[in-house]
Amino acid sequence: MEYIQFAVRRLLQATVVMFVISLIGFSIQDNLGDPLRELVGQSVSEEVRNELRQEMGLNDPFFVQYRRFVVNAVQFDLGNSYFFKKPALQVIGDKFQATMELVIGATLIIVLISVPVGVYCAIRPRSLITRVVMTLSIVGISVPVFLTAIFLIYIFSVELGWMPSFGRGETVQVGGWSTGFLTADGLAHLVLPSISLASIMLPLFIRLIRAEMMEVLETDYIRYAWAKGLSTNRVWFLHALKNTLLPVITVGGVQFGTMIAYTILTETVFQWPGMGFIFLEAVNRVDTPLIIAYIIVVGLIFVVTNTVVDVVYSLVNPTVRLVGQRQ
Amino acid sequence: MNKIRLFLGSDFIYRFRQDRAAQGSFTLFVLFVLFAFAAPLISPFDPYDRLQIDLMDSELPPLWQGENADARFLLGTDAQGRDMLSTILYGTRISLIIGFCAVGLQIFLGVSIGLISGYVGGRIDSFFMRLADIQLSLSTLMIAIIASAVFKASFGSEIYGDMAILVLVLVIGIAEWPQYARTVRASVLAERSKEYVDAARVIGLPRWRIMFRHVLPNTLSPILVISTVQIANAIISEAALSFLGLGMPVNKPSLGSLISSGFEFIFSGSWWITVIPSLVLVVLILSINLLGDWLRDVLNPRLYKD
Repeated sequence: MEYIQFAVRRLLQATVVMFVISLIGFSIQDNLGDPLRELVGQSVSEEVRNELRQEMGLNDPFFVQYRRFVVNAVQFDLGNSYFFKKPALQVIGDKFQATMELVIGATLIIVLISVPVGVYCAIRPRSLITRVVMTLSIVGISVPVFLTAIFLIYIFSVELGWMPSFGRGETVQVGGWSTGFLTADGLAHLVLPSISLASIMLPLFIRLIRAEMMEVLETDYIRYAWAKGLSTNRVWFLHALKNTLLPVITVGGVQFGTMIAYTILTETVFQWPGMGFIFLEAVNRVDTPLIIAYIIVVGLIFVVTNTVVDVVYSLVNPTVRLVGQRQ
Repeated sequence: MNKIRLFLGSDFIYRFRQDRAAQGSFTLFVLFVLFAFAAPLISPFDPYDRLQIDLMDSELPPLWQGENADARFLLGTDAQGRDMLSTILYGTRISLIIGFCAVGLQIFLGVSIGLISGYVGGRIDSFFMRLADIQLSLSTLMIAIIASAVFKASFGSEIYGDMAILVLVLVIGIAEWPQYARTVRASVLAERSKEYVDAARVIGLPRWRIMFRHVLPNTLSPILVISTVQIANAIISEAALSFLGLGMPVNKPSLGSLISSGFEFIFSGSWWITVIPSLVLVVLILSINLLGDWLRDVLNPRLYKD
């Protein structure tokens, strides 16, 4: 019962957020650029213009127009991109795959490196390696993601010439999803962008995992496990690691959204043909439907991941629900 | 005088004297601030003055790179023939101004909202905290990018360039207030039930006076710790926005737009146009972050995570 209450409250909050995002999207559409000019150009007389404006419903009251916007949006229609002359959502959808592959690549790197390194730094807090890692992680936090990207390009593409510096390379179609994971060329193009996207989160996660693990190692049940005489490996990797990763997963869910924001920077440096790249182009061309489509898609990604992570986490860890209720 | 002597003899100063890393990063940071704000006095050229720029001087390498270097330009010149040293000094000044002002706005919004939320409680409290939840669940960088993109698209590049500083301060300042509001609210909740607050209420002091004169001073150390990190973050955000072309324009560059305008030249070998401002940016942020780390260790406030 309690659980359903929590889930319903979370869903309500998600709906409110989506409502606000749609209002923002609509007011941008209302104020940015003139759809009529995009449609017919400058050469049409004022009379014809007014007639068309009436016909398209641009003179309707705010709420009528907003309702039309929402009704269309729910049916996946956010208007046509002025530049591509295609539905804006379709343009974003095509680029979505490229962005997701970048995010997947970066996530793989983060998980494969941060878990072992973070755990090591927690169980050997005084070793030299730990101190080096902790110092490096401060340096890592201090280097903006676009600088990491520029330096990687400068070293590996310009000076050494080992890696390609822009684009996605060769891709293969797998059931409507064009992927770069299956070709050598595509993978080579994926390496530098994924590393630079991962670079910003990696220090955060190493520090987080270390802190959580050290906290867990102080708890009573771990002391009990030691007292029982369990082997060190069993205590560390079975008992402690499990409870360490729980909070890490929630943070990971929230950071997933942040990573989408950072893809804009990475994609710009590597000219990666993803959503963020197309969004900046749309801003420079004042391609209003495309700008709105991007905002709504990204907003949806944020809201969905946050809600899913919260609800799933409250299933795994019931104390969260209690905290929520006290408020 | 007495207060200064008390401060100099305090534990805080003692710990500072003991820690080399803290002294080093503090010195670096102070140097950055001094040089940046003295830019109009000490820089050899005025990068905003078109009469001092000669396209014939463009892409000259730094002095130590030999052959083509020109003795007038210590760090070389960029693609428009501007002296890199002067441009970097002016650029650092803009980055710091935006960083300080944006964090100032965050503190103003966050501290007032946090104080009111924590002290008044009830509906107001739950409204602001839900708002903070929602805003934190959307990435602040994303909000900043989208907001400045919409501003830029609606005003056009020309007008946007003139008011870029204001927009950046507003966007970065508003995007991050929840950090302060949550921390202040949490410490206010902890302070509120203490006896000195009861005592103040009993002698009939007005609410706002208790809030600002009695409770607020006791929440200062977490605010100080967060502020260092926030300044670093604000400078990074500004650099990121300028790099994307949504921040400072090329003719009034911050560190971010300098890096951005030099980026295409690393392929043709003129690495210094990007690399030197990048190093300045990284060292600046690193010094602030190291200082913040040290402050966190020394003041050791309970940083409230949720």
